[in-house]
Amino acid sequence: MTGSAKHQLDQTREAEVRPAGLRVHPLLSGVLIALLCVALGVALATQVQRTRSGDTLNEQRPQDLVVLLDGLQQREAALRKEIADSEATLQRLRAAGDSSAAALEEARRRAAALAVLSGASPAVGPGVQVAVADPAGKIGPDVLLDVLQELRAAGAEAVQVGEVRVGVDSAFSGTAGDVRLDGVALSAPFPVLAIGDPPTLAAALNIPGGVVDTVERVGGTVQLRQVERVEINALRPVRTPKYARPTG
Amino acid sequence: MRTSLLGPVIGLLAMAVGVAVGLWLDPTVPSGLQPYLPIAVVAALDAVFGGAHALLDGRFDAKVFVVSFVSNVLVAALIVLLGDALGVGAQLTTAVVVVLGIRIFSNAAAIRRHLFKA
Repeated sequence: MTGSAKHQLDQTREAEVRPAGLRVHPLLSGVLIALLCVALGVALATQVQRTRSGDTLNEQRPQDLVVLLDGLQQREAALRKEIADSEATLQRLRAAGDSSAAALEEARRRAAALAVLSGASPAVGPGVQVAVADPAGKIGPDVLLDVLQELRAAGAEAVQVGEVRVGVDSAFSGTAGDVRLDGVALSAPFPVLAIGDPPTLAAALNIPGGVVDTVERVGGTVQLRQVERVEINALRPVRTPKYARPTG
Repeated sequence: MRTSLLGPVIGLLAMAVGVAVGLWLDPTVPSGLQPYLPIAVVAALDAVFGGAHALLDGRFDAKVFVVSFVSNVLVAALIVLLGDALGVGAQLTTAVVVVLGIRIFSNAAAIRRHLFKA
């Protein structure tokens, strides 16, 4: 190290003023410089760490903090409003979901009931098994129609004659000895399955002057059994209405 | 200069050691000193660049370096302190950073001219 005035003049660009006549041992100055450099390194690393960790709020000025706080509060208000809106929407959708689920359940129930009524689905339940023996071959479609009418009047919910499921548009045709139901030939003993309240159905058929009497008048016999479980497996094809449209 | 080769190497090594220590210890800065640390770092960097410039010019003086280093840091901190007291802390900090940045740039340019002759 040289402490000459020439060097001091050379260094005035830094505007540093050095006390004249103060001499420092080279080793001491070297140690000092090294210490300063270490301190600078530590400070640099610390500051970089602090900046990177984002923990810079506590060195900001009050004005900046106020602006920051204001922005945060506005953002919070906006977010709270969004939360409220979202919750309202959620509530609405949930209610709609509940009611639509209930509507769907109701529709399913009605579809199942209608499927049984229209003959689109198999059915099982208590009911009666009827067999009409016709040794004389005199039982015509009118007698079978009587059977069906009586069963329906007694509340039969599903009826099958032979292999044909009876639906809303079923029709008996033909003549005695060649009875047809919906075009399908039936033959004695015309097995009829009906689901309904068994005693009621049986009583309807046995009513004096009713079906049983009619059959016996033409020389036939009616076998009637009330059973706890009647399985009706014959199906009718589902007809899509061509003109009629549901309303409402 | 006798220490023309040894000095800067030692300085760089010392700074590297300091960075390593800072990363390793991760010291907490006292909250009262927190606003001054970045400015102090920039001021010290300015002193270091000035010292490097002087070294390459062949007029490095250890005492000048030490004094300029310390005084740079102190003056920068004082300016920030004064600015905070006057309510213009942010603007004054910016001003200090700008001035020191310009000086660092000009010193870096001089160093570059020395090292690369360009």
